[in-house]
Amino acid sequence: MSSAAQTATGGAARQRASAAVARRRRRRRTAVGWGFAAPWTILFVVFLAGPILASLVMSFTDFGLRDLRNPVGTNIIGLDNYVQLLGDPVFLQAAGNTAYFVVAGVPLTLAAGLLAALGLNRAVLRFRTLFRVGYYLPVVTSIVAIAVIWRFLLHPDLGLINLLLGLVQIDGPNWLANPVLAMPAIIAMAVWRNLGFVMVIFLAGLQGVPADLYEASRIDGASTWDEFRYVTWPLLRPTTLFAAVITSIGYLQLFEEPYVMTAGGPLNRTLSVSMYLYEQGFGFLHLGYAAAIAYALFVAIAVLTVLQFRVLRSQT
Amino acid sequence: MTQVTTPVPVRPDITDPVLPAPAAPRGRRSALVNVLLVLGLLALVGPFVWMLLGSLKSPQEFLRLPPTWLPEAPTLDNYARLFNRLDFPTYFTNSLIVALVVTVANLLFCSMLGYALAKLQFPGRKQLFLLVMATLLVPGSVTLVPLFALMSALDLVNTYGALILPLAAGPFGVFLMRQSMMGLPEELLEAGRVDGASEWYLYSRIALPLSTAALATLGILTFLGTWNSFLWALVAVTDESMFTLPVALATFARGQFQADYGLLMAGSVVIVAPVLVVFIVLQRYFTQGIATTGIKG
Repeated sequence: MSSAAQTATGGAARQRASAAVARRRRRRRTAVGWGFAAPWTILFVVFLAGPILASLVMSFTDFGLRDLRNPVGTNIIGLDNYVQLLGDPVFLQAAGNTAYFVVAGVPLTLAAGLLAALGLNRAVLRFRTLFRVGYYLPVVTSIVAIAVIWRFLLHPDLGLINLLLGLVQIDGPNWLANPVLAMPAIIAMAVWRNLGFVMVIFLAGLQGVPADLYEASRIDGASTWDEFRYVTWPLLRPTTLFAAVITSIGYLQLFEEPYVMTAGGPLNRTLSVSMYLYEQGFGFLHLGYAAAIAYALFVAIAVLTVLQFRVLRSQT
Repeated sequence: MTQVTTPVPVRPDITDPVLPAPAAPRGRRSALVNVLLVLGLLALVGPFVWMLLGSLKSPQEFLRLPPTWLPEAPTLDNYARLFNRLDFPTYFTNSLIVALVVTVANLLFCSMLGYALAKLQFPGRKQLFLLVMATLLVPGSVTLVPLFALMSALDLVNTYGALILPLAAGPFGVFLMRQSMMGLPEELLEAGRVDGASEWYLYSRIALPLSTAALATLGILTFLGTWNSFLWALVAVTDESMFTLPVALATFARGQFQADYGLLMAGSVVIVAPVLVVFIVLQRYFTQGIATTGIKG
């Protein structure tokens, strides 16, 4: 064997060896990477991703109480649940109520949060932190506790709100028992609870508005309103979009407030989609039907999110 | 409910006023703004004060017309009933155990995956991150029915397992930890690798200690989110001895104690007070966390 051939075979062997080393290293990297990912991923697949898909499958079945022990007996009924949904007057009422809550509640919450942010950003205040903490307080407290407190605040005879109205000689109504006033009362409470969250988002957005733009507009003699209309508001568009999307997603899932304050009444006027889902699924154990309601809500959230991106993006 | 979307850029000096003090002619308007802000503060904090005062009133005083502002004869009777006659110590313990375990689990699992996604190369990494992002906006109610079916099949209904497992690995924690760990200098880890340190060593001794701000934010938000969480706990638990505080309070408020406002106000104080303490002491982390990630506790 010539020395050239020897070197060639030696080179090939070395190449093979280094390829094997690289393969081993790659395999090791895969093992280490997935080792780190495994605990989270297993929990995620079993308790989140899996159920999301299972929910879709179940919405095409008549899954009920008996199937909890023996899922094999479930019947596939195609789109029946969804067809039934569209003809279910209680569901349609719940969908309308939820839409009312979102359509009135989201803009009011954004407006209140924006006003608070503009005020806090502009005012010469001592105790700035106190204000930020105070305004944010309701956001971090349990909705159930807040709903209990507000049910009491709204009490026709014993509540703080009618007590204050009484001071200016107004005879306050029985808010939560009135079919017309119950939902507005719940909306007022939602605005009260969530404006602090929107405020923090807007305060962060306001940091991104360059101060020299304000100086320039002042030199041009712009009024405070002009300044807001032509400088602040356009530059806050991405922030507004973000706050609107997050708030809408939360509001579409309205549950605790009517569950604790009105039980969906009076006359189903405050029944929300999530509450109806809960009643159907865990009151009557119509689990397949409840899964269909959940997916309808999911689709509504996705559609609304896309819509908001379209509308608020196109206005630039 | 917790959610995340795209981060909003924030400057660290968020507390500083952007504008210089308004010029003299704006003085009066500025005073008006201040008055409105103080009124707003009263409106937002007032109900909590009303709750606290109410919890100290006797049932007789509660029913008096017109209502009193301050309790005339403050009493701890409502609290005594909660803790002696009702089983609030158990509900409190349940809430605390669930919130603590869920928080520790999220801190550990999310930071591990965050480290892998930010600093390790392995096949499937990109797809896994996309999957995490895709589930960020899925509403909790979508998984309610299958989770209940799963827990029934596993015989976990009315156990801590049912309350904890579905919350133990949330997508937003991964997002937060990945963002934080992306900022760690690569040279630091590379130096460790050259010295033969294992990835676990690099993660636990270098990456974690340098991510304390993100861990604190995630920990606080997860704890409060779990402490306040309601709908799943309402479904997962039917046995009273497994109730969490919000489930117990909601059940009493809808049931036999629905007109017993003193008791209900005291129950609300028990849920709200620990949160207020945590929030006021650590409020810096909240607003930072909210502003950078949009996580709502």
